[in-house]
Amino acid sequence: MPESIPKNSVGLVTPQTMKFDTPLTLDSGHVLNSYEIVYETYGELNAEKSNAVLICHALSGTHHAAGYNSMDDKKPGWWDTCIGPGKAIDTNKFYVVCPNNIGGCNGSTGPNHINPETGKYWGPDFPPLRVRDWVKSQACLADKLGIEQWAAIVGGSLGGMQVMRWSLEYPERLRHAVVIASAMNLTAQNIAFNEVARTAIRSDDDYNDGYFLEKGTIPRKGLALARMIGHLTYLTDDLMGSKFGRELRSGDFERGAYNEVQFQVESYLQYQGEKFSTAFDANTYIMLTRVLDYFDLAREYDNDPVKAFSNALCKFFVVSFTTDWRFSPERSQEIKNALISAGKDVSYAEIETPQGHDAFLLPIEPYLQVFDAYMKRIAGEIES
Amino acid sequence: MSSRADFDILQQWVRPSSRVLDLGCGDGGLLQSLAQQKNVQGYGIENDRALIVASLNNGINVIEQNLNDGLTDFTDNSFDTVLMTQALQVVSRPDQVLEEMLRVGKECIVTFPNFGNWRARWHLAIRGRMPVTKQLDYEWYNTPNIHFCTVRDFEVLCRERGIQVLNRVMVSERFPDQSLKQLCPNSFAETAIYHLSK
Repeated sequence: MPESIPKNSVGLVTPQTMKFDTPLTLDSGHVLNSYEIVYETYGELNAEKSNAVLICHALSGTHHAAGYNSMDDKKPGWWDTCIGPGKAIDTNKFYVVCPNNIGGCNGSTGPNHINPETGKYWGPDFPPLRVRDWVKSQACLADKLGIEQWAAIVGGSLGGMQVMRWSLEYPERLRHAVVIASAMNLTAQNIAFNEVARTAIRSDDDYNDGYFLEKGTIPRKGLALARMIGHLTYLTDDLMGSKFGRELRSGDFERGAYNEVQFQVESYLQYQGEKFSTAFDANTYIMLTRVLDYFDLAREYDNDPVKAFSNALCKFFVVSFTTDWRFSPERSQEIKNALISAGKDVSYAEIETPQGHDAFLLPIEPYLQVFDAYMKRIAGEIES
Repeated sequence: MSSRADFDILQQWVRPSSRVLDLGCGDGGLLQSLAQQKNVQGYGIENDRALIVASLNNGINVIEQNLNDGLTDFTDNSFDTVLMTQALQVVSRPDQVLEEMLRVGKECIVTFPNFGNWRARWHLAIRGRMPVTKQLDYEWYNTPNIHFCTVRDFEVLCRERGIQVLNRVMVSERFPDQSLKQLCPNSFAETAIYHLSK
C-alpha cells in the first residue's frame, strides 16, 4: 500500500470501459459483433486534441500502466517509471491512453468473458487474433475518444509491434512512433520459447483443453511454469548472478546431515510463477504468444521491410538494450536500417545495461534520458 | 574547434534537398543548420550519451553507433553526402572509415586538424613536446585524437587510394589571409576541409 501517493505519480486512477456495438472484422475472417475495451487515461486532452499518446502493452501488460487503482495497491501500474508528471511520458503535457487489448484477461473482451451468442465462456474458442486486430480496435477507441491523430504511439516488446503496425495501417493517424525492445518478427528461438510455455499450460490436467472456466478448474501449475520460462528469458545470466548468486533461501550443505536446500533464485521464480498463475488467464496467454509468433511486419509487403515502412508517415524512435537476448539490439537495428533505407526520420538508441529484455520497464538512467529527450521534442512540437 | 568555421565552408558543398549522413554528429548542430538552410534529410551517428541527448533535443535524427564498428548497416551509395567533421583523428582506422564513407556516400566531406600546422611543428621541434594547441587541447596521454595527420599526409593517402579531391579549403583563425594558407597549407592551415569523391 502506498502510504502516500508520490508527487510524480498520476495518483489514483479509475479504469473506464468503452462498449462497441459495431462489428469488428478480424484478420482471421471472424467477426466480433460487440466487444468492450477497458482503458485508463492520464493527463488532460488539450483543446486541439493534439497531445494524445497511446500506450500499447506487451504480453503480460494491462490497461493499468501508471498510478494506483486504490490505496491498497502494493505497486503502481506496470510503466509507472515512464508515465507521470515530469516523467518521460509527461502527463502534464500529454493525454495518455492505455487500453487493455481485446483477447486480454483484465477487463477487455477476451477468453474469460461470456460469448453472448452461446452464453458460455469464450475459452479456447475466442477467435484467433493478430496484432492488426488490436491496432484496428485501438483505432475504434481513438474514434470514440475523438482523437484523430496521436502525437505518439509508444510500446515495448509486443507493444512495439503494435506501434509499427499502426504506422503502416493508419499512417496519417500518428506523428511519432516509439518502438522499444521490439522486432519486426520473432526468431525461431523466440517461437520455440513460446511453444514451451504453451505446452506447459496444455499439459496441466486442469487446463481441460481450454474449457477450464466451465469445468471450474484453473491450470495454475501450467501457467506458473509458462511464466517461469518466460520470466527467465527476460533476464540475463549476469543479472541473475548479481541478484541471486548461489545464495540459499533455506537448508544448508552441512556434511553428515541433510537439510533440503532451496536457492534464492528458485524461490524467486516460484513466486513469480505462482503470482502470475492466479492473475492471468491461460487461454489469453496461449493466444498472446500466438499473436507474437504470427506477427511479421513485412509479410504483406513482399517480405520487404523497406517497402513496408515506405507507407509510414510518422517519425520513429527505436530503442534497444545491449543484453536483451529475446529482442536483441540486432532486431532493433533491422528496424532502424529499414527506416533509413525507406527515407523515414528515425533516431536510435542502444542502452548498455545488464537487465535484459526486462530493461524497458526499469528506471535505467541513460534510457530515461533519451526517452525523455525524444518525448520533450514531441511536446515541443505540440506547443509551437 | 570552437567556432566551427569549417561548417560555413562545407555547407556550400552540400546540395539542397539531398540525403546527408554525418559521422560523429555531436549535438547535431551541423545537421540542424543543413536542414534549415538546405532542406537536407540528415542522419547523424554519435556514441556519446550526452551528445545523443543533445541531438534529440535539437530535433535531428541521431543513430547511436560506434564509428569504429564500420558502416556495414548502410548500403552502397545510399547517401548523397557523407560528412565527418573533426573526427578523422579519433577513429581507430581513418583509412577504412574514409573508404566506408566513399562506399556509402556519392561524395564525402572531411575536416580535420592539420598536424603540420606551424604551431604544432613548433611544439614538437623546438620544445620537444607533443603539441597542445587551441584545436588540439589535450595532453598526449589523455587525448582522444589517436591518428594525427598533416595536410600532406592526407593527400598522399587520397592519391594512394584513388580518392578524388573535388575541393579543399584551409582554415586558420590566426592567418585569415588566404594567400599564405593556400601557398603553404601544410604549414599554416589549422583545419583542413576536403570535398572528396571516388
